[in-house]
Amino acid sequence: MSKLKKITQFRLFLPILCLVLVLLVNLITTPDFFAISVRDGMLYGYIIDVINRASELVILAVGMTLMVAASGGTDISVGAVMAVAAAVVCNVLSGGQQSVTEYSNPYILGILAGIAVAAVCGCFNGFLVAKLKIQPMIATLILFTAGRGIAQLITKGQITYVRVDQYKVLGSSIKGLPLPVPFFVAMLVVIVTLLLLKRTAIGLYIESVGINSKASRLVGLKSSKIIFLTYLFGGILAGIAGLVASSRIYSADANNIGLNMELDAILAVALGGNSLGGGKFSLMGSVIGAYTIQALTTTLYAMHVSSDQVPVYKAIVVVIIVSLQSPQLKKWVSKMKLNKKTVSGNEVA
Amino acid sequence: MSTKTTKTKRKIDGNSFLLLITIALFFIMYIAGMIIFREQGFGKVQNFLNLFISNAGLIVIAAGMTVVMITGGIDISVGSVVALTCMLLAWMMENKGIGAIPATLLVLVMGVVFGLVQGFLVAYLNIQPFIVTLAGMFFARGMTAIISTDMISISNETFLSWAKYKIYLPFGGYVNRKGVMIYPYIYPSVVIALVVLVLVFVMLRYTKFGRSIYAVGGNEQSALMMGLNVRRTKLKAYVLSSTLCGLGGFLFCLNTCAGFVEQAKGLEMDAIASAVIGGTLLTGGVGNVFGSLFGVLIKGTIEAFITFQGTLSSWWTRITIAAMLCFFIVLQSIFAAAKSKNKK
Amino acid sequence: MESGVVLTMKNIYKTFPGVKALQNVDFTLRKGEIHALMGENGAGKSTLIKVLTGVEEFETGEIRIDGKDGAIINRSPQEAQTNGISTVYQEVNLCPNLSVAENLYIGREPRKGAFIDWGTMKKNAAELLESLDIHVDVSAAVENYSIAIQQMLAIARAVDMSAKVLILDEPTSSLDDDEVEKLFVLMRRLKDQGVGIIFVTHFLEQVYAVCDRITVLRNGTLVGEYKVEELPRVQLVAKMMGKDFDDLASLKKEGEATKVSDEVVIEAKNLGHKGTIRPFNLTVHKGEVIGLTGLLGSGRSELVRAIYGADKPDEGELFVKGEKLQVNMPIDAMMHGMAYLPENRKEEGIIADLSVRENIIIALQAKKGMFRLMSRKEQEEFTDEYIKILQIKTADRETPIKQLSGGNQQKVILGRWLLTNPDFLILDEPTRGIDIGTKTEIQKLVLELAEKGMSVIFISSEVEEMIRTCSRMAVLRDGSKVGELEESELNQSSIMKAIAGGAE
Repeated sequence: MSKLKKITQFRLFLPILCLVLVLLVNLITTPDFFAISVRDGMLYGYIIDVINRASELVILAVGMTLMVAASGGTDISVGAVMAVAAAVVCNVLSGGQQSVTEYSNPYILGILAGIAVAAVCGCFNGFLVAKLKIQPMIATLILFTAGRGIAQLITKGQITYVRVDQYKVLGSSIKGLPLPVPFFVAMLVVIVTLLLLKRTAIGLYIESVGINSKASRLVGLKSSKIIFLTYLFGGILAGIAGLVASSRIYSADANNIGLNMELDAILAVALGGNSLGGGKFSLMGSVIGAYTIQALTTTLYAMHVSSDQVPVYKAIVVVIIVSLQSPQLKKWVSKMKLNKKTVSGNEVA
Repeated sequence: MSTKTTKTKRKIDGNSFLLLITIALFFIMYIAGMIIFREQGFGKVQNFLNLFISNAGLIVIAAGMTVVMITGGIDISVGSVVALTCMLLAWMMENKGIGAIPATLLVLVMGVVFGLVQGFLVAYLNIQPFIVTLAGMFFARGMTAIISTDMISISNETFLSWAKYKIYLPFGGYVNRKGVMIYPYIYPSVVIALVVLVLVFVMLRYTKFGRSIYAVGGNEQSALMMGLNVRRTKLKAYVLSSTLCGLGGFLFCLNTCAGFVEQAKGLEMDAIASAVIGGTLLTGGVGNVFGSLFGVLIKGTIEAFITFQGTLSSWWTRITIAAMLCFFIVLQSIFAAAKSKNKK
Repeated sequence: MESGVVLTMKNIYKTFPGVKALQNVDFTLRKGEIHALMGENGAGKSTLIKVLTGVEEFETGEIRIDGKDGAIINRSPQEAQTNGISTVYQEVNLCPNLSVAENLYIGREPRKGAFIDWGTMKKNAAELLESLDIHVDVSAAVENYSIAIQQMLAIARAVDMSAKVLILDEPTSSLDDDEVEKLFVLMRRLKDQGVGIIFVTHFLEQVYAVCDRITVLRNGTLVGEYKVEELPRVQLVAKMMGKDFDDLASLKKEGEATKVSDEVVIEAKNLGHKGTIRPFNLTVHKGEVIGLTGLLGSGRSELVRAIYGADKPDEGELFVKGEKLQVNMPIDAMMHGMAYLPENRKEEGIIADLSVRENIIIALQAKKGMFRLMSRKEQEEFTDEYIKILQIKTADRETPIKQLSGGNQQKVILGRWLLTNPDFLILDEPTRGIDIGTKTEIQKLVLELAEKGMSVIFISSEVEEMIRTCSRMAVLRDGSKVGELEESELNQSSIMKAIAGGAE
């Protein structure tokens, strides 16, 4: 019993359990889910596909985790920021043309411009949330709706193509690497963030501010600065995710890049065992959560659910998870248990 | 003994000020439009009525949004619920052969049920309204796609007769080139929208439920101490919002006469922006559905500008609305800061 | 029930886990009487009020109210209200966005059919307020009016709901003198109408200005009920604070004055924060333990908060070791060697979900800055060191602090600040809600630290504790610093006199 309790109390228990559940379902419904084949030194298969496709989500989930932990609110603009970043990169590289086969500007300039614009979006959100103290979700609602419009304006309402092999690298695979490039980008983001959390005190600061901002202020932390930084970081990561997504289709599709990703990112954080009310967080939980969601998505696709329909299932999962986290529900359950106990106690007496 | 100094002067407070800005803004914009697009006939009565015709659904939805926002909550599922409503209507009438009247009643019931679920999660499980309605947003949009990924056009005659029934106004007409008097017209949807608006206004102002909504938004703790049922009030507010969304979806459908997955995307933003621009505080407790009407009209005017201008992309509407929302949010937060400073 | 008595509470018992909040407490309220309920922190007044208004359940005892046969039990504030007991709290429980009339009648609006009859409601409201001599525009939103008016409106609402017993829980804490006087006029008027009023306040002056009787509680027990004219101030203070010395040996050697260096560490000149503490001067020397005394709400916490920058002071100057310091945020004060253990441990002290280790190192880490993270080894060594020095009882250094007992939580926070090696340590009620053994340990520690040259401000509600630890005391009353007592003057009676103030 106590051993069981110890296992269930392990922080990553919930995310790993969910991942295992999703994989089990696959094992039964799609037996070749776990089949991996090797062609030209590259790995192929459903699992590899999950690992590949989850990359943007992992990147977003990392940023979302920090924003949720510090501010107790979610950033729903991440998908739109991805589209904006993609539009900027493609537009800089194409020099404003609709389709190019070679760069009009240096590659690095495009990348930097895209990430810089995403960072500006992050700053905008951070300013509204940290300085003006506007509820995070309302503040980010502005970019959530305006973002795609801005992206459309940048691309002049068209899909801008950058048909250059180098541009496709970030979203495809390189000979010699057994796994697709996006996976490595995601891992790089995770590792850099983990290093930041391990080597600096920012993780401790974020948790502290998220748990008790009054006490944090009294021990000398500047909570608005810390919240601002998490939104800035979240913006930059959304930009990187946008780059990867854009590189996959070597174009900027303002309508579809990062579509519905905000829900997935929030879901990843919640699945990772993190409270959406802020406070203590587990980055690895969110990462596992992100892979779980991608596995779920891929599973649904394998079951011939169309991409338009997938959100239904995710919405149900979100509601179940946040309901389980709800202290009110816990109160009711414990009350019911207590009633049962007193009833049985009376019987004994 | 008398207490003299207790009488404080009533100044125009920040909230009414924000509403005044909005009303003035609308008239300035409209007059500006009449001047700039004089040639194209911006100033015609019909053009003004078109604001109502094309936004009848939004007026109803914004009214529901205003109610939820007064309680201090938010409902971002409205756009998707509208899409689901339209799709359901189209699907029931075209694929299932259900009559127009029962189909309409069924979508209203769907709205009630949707609101009950969202309201329960928000009011009784204390989950952040944003998360609940975000899930609701994806759920409804996904359900729309599950019903049909293809567009369904409505050919039900009863429904189309509703949609095309013009009500001519007995005034404001002009004589066209052939010498025939043309009177401006509206559709039944406009009448329904305005009736709903008045009903919601009366409900907010003259019923116990309406006042409880303000009380809950003003100070939840106080409302509780004064013996109001806070949870039930919130639940009812979400039910009302989703029901009005169902009705708004129906009105929307009268305009489009079709159901498709991408319908009414971003409508939640229009509704929230209308409410906020119309003077509803994000923090709750303050709001007025007639203010929200002006919010809707401003959005309609921006759209009209872009149509008349002809070369601007429709994305400008969305961006302008977002910018205005941002502006009003910042304004609200400045007013709130000034207020709390004054108190100290 | 005796005639003239409107409420009796008999033999009330209430325990919280580990605390006997009320033991055998009696309370009697007569018609047309204003009755002060007095006591320091933890005396049990708020528990008594909560029990009476149905916020908390009591275990044994009975409550009777005039007009009801048999004992009543209130399960909720609403039930208490229908039984004729209404409460007006310090934080006004009105809806600021609604009109005056609505706030008076919400939940029981006059109606015409299904609709609210605004005309009648406004008329009734105007009449009600007129009868109480409150002149406001009934259709204006409540937020347009001062806290004082809001208090009066809350009282008007309570009275109009046919309250026989009106509880005023610290209604005057945020009012100025004029406003307090207006409130008193209203209270006297209600008293003449036969309402029994229970008045909870920290301000002695107000008790003597308006009350007929005083009931004093201490440590959850009844000290006694007195007529105001029979209980002079000093005696009231003595009864509230308790005279009985506990059996702890005196920590300081009697009669021997503590040697204090001339080196000035902190000097505040006309420092003040609007609304909480009036401008004050204070000088703290190296190695000195200064006590701040005064009743709860006298401004003792607010004074140190202004120095530390917890509430940014809006007037006056602060000098640290002779250097002028502009404090905008606590971190500025910390960088100049200050440390502050706040009064409200739960809300401002502990960071509940973080571990003991993280709670200990966080202040030092904040001082070092974001990019100079202490190594895990260093953190663990520091934590173990302070767990040992302060004898913190915790399962592990990684245990979340919320799982520790109150005393151990307090030690962790003390450890947090000692780790920053401050020159100037502010302790606001460090021993509240802590067992007696830990209390002495903390007192001893304070003296040791002072001997090593640290300057300390020590705030406590317990006079003995202060006498044992402090070498000088500053006295606060009603939001301003009113004087200082030298070491030679530190004894029970002089302190109590200073706290009580005014003519006897």
